Amino acid sequence: MRLTLRIWRQSNPETQGRLISYEVDDISPDMSFLEVLDRLNDRLILAGDEPVAFDHDCREGICGACGVMINGRPHGPGQTTTCQLHMRAFRDNDVIDVEPWRSAAFPVIKDLVVDRTAFDRIVSSGGYITAPTGSAPDANAILVPKPDAETAFANATCIGCGACVAACPNGSAMLFTAAKVTHLGVLPQGAPERSTRVLGMVAAMDAEGFGGCTNSGECASVCPKGIPFGSIANLNREFLRAARSS
Amino acid sequence: MNYTIGEPIADTAAPVGPIEGRWDQRKFSAKLVNPANRRKHRIIVVGTGLAGGSAGATLAEQGYQVVQFCFQDSPRRAHSVAAQGGINAAKNYRNDGDSVFRLFYDTVKGGDFRSRESNVYRLAQISTQIIDQCVAQGVPFAREYGGLLDTRSFGGVQVERTFYARGQTGQQLLLGAYQALSRQIDAGNSGAGGVEMHARTEMLDLIVVDGRARGIVARDLVTGEIASYLADAVVLATGGYGNVFYLSTNAKGSNATAIWRAHKRGAYLANPCYTQIHPTCIPRSGEHQSKLTLMSESLRNDGRIWVPLTAGDARKPNEIPEAERDYYLERLYPSFGNLVPRDIASRAAKSVCDEGRGVHGEGVYLDFADAINRLGRSEIESSYGNLFDMYERITAEDPYEVPMRIYPAIHYTMGGLWVDYDLQSTIPGLFVIGEANFSDHGANRLGASALMQGLADGYFVLPATINDYIARGGFSDVDPRGAADPATERLERLLAVNGDRTVDSFHRELGTLLWDNCGMARDEAGLRKAAERIPELRAEFWRSVLVPGTGSDLNQELEKANRVADYLEFAELLVLDATVREESCGGHFRTEHQTPDGEALRDDEHFSYVAAWEHASSGPVLHKEQLTFDYLHPSTRSYT
Repeated sequence: MRLTLRIWRQSNPETQGRLISYEVDDISPDMSFLEVLDRLNDRLILAGDEPVAFDHDCREGICGACGVMINGRPHGPGQTTTCQLHMRAFRDNDVIDVEPWRSAAFPVIKDLVVDRTAFDRIVSSGGYITAPTGSAPDANAILVPKPDAETAFANATCIGCGACVAACPNGSAMLFTAAKVTHLGVLPQGAPERSTRVLGMVAAMDAEGFGGCTNSGECASVCPKGIPFGSIANLNREFLRAARSS
Repeated sequence: MNYTIGEPIADTAAPVGPIEGRWDQRKFSAKLVNPANRRKHRIIVVGTGLAGGSAGATLAEQGYQVVQFCFQDSPRRAHSVAAQGGINAAKNYRNDGDSVFRLFYDTVKGGDFRSRESNVYRLAQISTQIIDQCVAQGVPFAREYGGLLDTRSFGGVQVERTFYARGQTGQQLLLGAYQALSRQIDAGNSGAGGVEMHARTEMLDLIVVDGRARGIVARDLVTGEIASYLADAVVLATGGYGNVFYLSTNAKGSNATAIWRAHKRGAYLANPCYTQIHPTCIPRSGEHQSKLTLMSESLRNDGRIWVPLTAGDARKPNEIPEAERDYYLERLYPSFGNLVPRDIASRAAKSVCDEGRGVHGEGVYLDFADAINRLGRSEIESSYGNLFDMYERITAEDPYEVPMRIYPAIHYTMGGLWVDYDLQSTIPGLFVIGEANFSDHGANRLGASALMQGLADGYFVLPATINDYIARGGFSDVDPRGAADPATERLERLLAVNGDRTVDSFHRELGTLLWDNCGMARDEAGLRKAAERIPELRAEFWRSVLVPGTGSDLNQELEKANRVADYLEFAELLVLDATVREESCGGHFRTEHQTPDGEALRDDEHFSYVAAWEHASSGPVLHKEQLTFDYLHPSTRSYT
């Protein structure tokens, strides 16, 4: 396969970026999208150009490091991570636009690399259960009904990639925050901090400059881990409950 | 490579007396630090995986000032996140005959009697507390309908002691540790001790003053700024060195730089030749391959492994009748069947492929047809759904319909920096935890034991033993001037070469050389070839590598070049260790040393020791730590 990639190049946060076209040939359908970027970078380096900077690490869809806009859609077609997107999803001679996440709360560092530390600050504002090491009761002393455990798990699978924010017309981080609030809130261990958690995380989310949710649902439609859209309703419910009682 | 034999290591600081009481004894004999004094001590933790994340959180909970580093953009992305199958614990919730002693026995035996009894026993004891801790944090383990925890079996054992969260156990445990760490990062931000977190910052050197570890040199990967960070103790939790092989299941960023620099500053490096090759990975699909993907060993609970009975059988798998299939693990190892330990399953796959019976050359089938018939598709989906999806995404084949194709790949490294019972290296004040140390798995790690060890070290062992070191005090002021110079100069040298080959091309060549000559099977001729080629390749690297850009901003090629430069040194020691160990054990298989059936043939008389290598300008010095077995009798492992 031969493809034209139009890639966002930006040297640093201060400079203006722009799309630059690159032709890449000899692409096999079994290659991952990141392996195509690898191939392009090899060529750029040997030609004396700067390679394209992009985040990636595990390349098996679980670390959440990778993620770019592919033809305007986070992680491209297929609702998976960029590293798990294989070139069989494209056709010969396709022109593909590759851009970084677009959100005020995720400033561009370089090329396709953005700063997602806002997510870490949301988690450190209450996205945990206070259980200092050594203080735990026997694991089976805490019974968790299987459906609750499943709900907790379904929400806990969030990889923090930021696709939800990138997809949202408002740049909202509601799906990300909702996943953590739901994961911990549904478990008996998480109950004591249920109110402080949701209030703290929502306040942090707002302070970071993420937008509000208008139920457009774009987030859930691109989430590589399929975090349920309904979790956002749960976040709203939890927030109202906590706000009214505090 | 020339080496010399140095003084043996006589003392590992393990208490004597009955094995059941050794850890309690050590905790009691270790000096304590008054809670009010802990905040006066700073501890550096490098890495935020299961070991580093849990250690950083726990040390901060105890009141220490923790300064923590990771090269990823967030501590949540450390490669522990990718562990799939589960975590072992001797809870015996199944009432199936499990016990601390049995977990101890299985682990020492699984490690082919090349690990320390005292350490492994402690690991088995602590395993039960880990599950308690993780559940309290909200880790969503799989559960039964009654609300109790579910468990499953794993390779190398006959009890069901593996706790799991679908095929994402590592992710869930890591998020538990990350959240505990986040709580301490928040405390640090509000000025109440806690953790000062430096993400996208990579350790480049260890600062040793008066023979003690007193800090690190690290580079901010975004600004390129290289700075010295000082502390009273340094904890390395920087993972394994599997990426020296280029293609492995490790994350692309996983690297050996931290442990290699510590080694060059005086820390002994133990058993580098113990590398684990995981039997169930997706075979490579072409030259472009950038990494390999694991399919959890848990799949071997329900999947059956086979190859065509005759070489060169090109039929599709579903067209090959039962009678013409060879379920070779079930045939060779009837009592463990598909659940033999990883090293045995990997070698068996290699040998059937070497006979020409592999699928597309390098591959064997992992077939779920029987399990789907027996349990139904929905049951298989709920146990392995995400793994099946991942497989289909990568290969474009539906494993519910056609058997998976798998082949072994480098996955984990049992070797690492040498540590004593306190997890302290040979440099006082330098502690090493998780995969970065060598301590608990001997020559082969059992499935679901890496998560157990990482969390045992980070939550429970290190936070107890490091107090003893801190309490002994004697921390004079350190002048950091000049500490960063060697690391800075090296980056400048890398940028100045300006040659005509990419970093990756060197890394690939090194990886292929090691995989071919120091991989699943090793022999003297191959090892000699690798030993000759590595220094040449290193010289070529420094003559002709091409690193674009500058050191003063985000430069991913420079990061890679710096890591590959270390692999090119480290690889030589790996090959030397494999050459010196003239026996087969666990993941180290020397073809000269095998039984008539092709099984690993240990030589306990000559090699029942830990090979701890000291760096010296005149060449490596080998210090032997003799292994003694008071509770278990080293026997030939039998899984038949």
